[in-house]
Amino acid sequence: MLLGEIITGIGVLFLFLGCLGIVRFPDVYNRLQAGTKCTTMGAFFTIVGVGIMEPSWIFKTLIIAVFILLTNPISAHALGRASCKTGVPLSDKTVVDKTKEFRECEKV
Amino acid sequence: MRSFKDRKMRAGKNGNFFYLFGTLFVLWLFLTSSLKPAEIFAGVTVSLILALLLKGWYSNLGFPVLTPGRICFSVIYIFVLFWEIIKANFDVAYRVLHPKMPIKPGIVVIKTGLKSAMAKMFLANSITLTPGTFTLDIIDDNLLVHWINVKTADTTEATEIIGGRFERYLKRIFRP
Repeated sequence: MLLGEIITGIGVLFLFLGCLGIVRFPDVYNRLQAGTKCTTMGAFFTIVGVGIMEPSWIFKTLIIAVFILLTNPISAHALGRASCKTGVPLSDKTVVDKTKEFRECEKV
Repeated sequence: MRSFKDRKMRAGKNGNFFYLFGTLFVLWLFLTSSLKPAEIFAGVTVSLILALLLKGWYSNLGFPVLTPGRICFSVIYIFVLFWEIIKANFDVAYRVLHPKMPIKPGIVVIKTGLKSAMAKMFLANSITLTPGTFTLDIIDDNLLVHWINVKTADTTEATEIIGGRFERYLKRIFRP
């Protein structure tokens, strides 16, 4: 019971950090980083923690967690790819941008 | 066109049948979470019927044929992936909380030596789940990756840092 509460607490903390990252980071791509990384573990721990608190749900919560792990990177990739293709600008802090070189290997 | 080699490592219709049956039955066990004979019988029947009906529909996915070596490396791979996910979360959490926000974002290209589409999909998704990197696009064997803390702009070095730790295992799992 206590273990479940602790794990859910850690999950909520990571979800909070993810939200904070979305507010603080400068451009779409960095925000996606915060949005996907922290919510993967945040959602995972929150759901599994609930499963531990309520032992008869544990297998169902595990299934939900696995589906989140499978679908999370795909949604992030879709958003990133769409913003990359429509030319959403990068922030001033960006060091390298090899998008052009990459598009050239498509033509060859 | 798929090469001959590529086709050889794919599971055929029967292989797909076992994949489907296994997945459906495990899903059933988890959802019912009981081991009563009646429940298990119903689960086996339903999974069997669905797997028989749908086995021809999944040939595009190209799962590799299961061998003990592949299963072993898949298990290792899952642990490696979990460890990387945990590291990724602490890494991004640190960057969010640090008052100066130590980010150095950039977009780099990396190359992969993996051949099958399935293996590339696994690699791209693993990269998205790990420390400060996510895959934006993929053309043949080039991956466009956004990196939150760029260490090098060089393609070969970036490949080693970002993709190296997964490719080692994926190569073994998806080797023909």
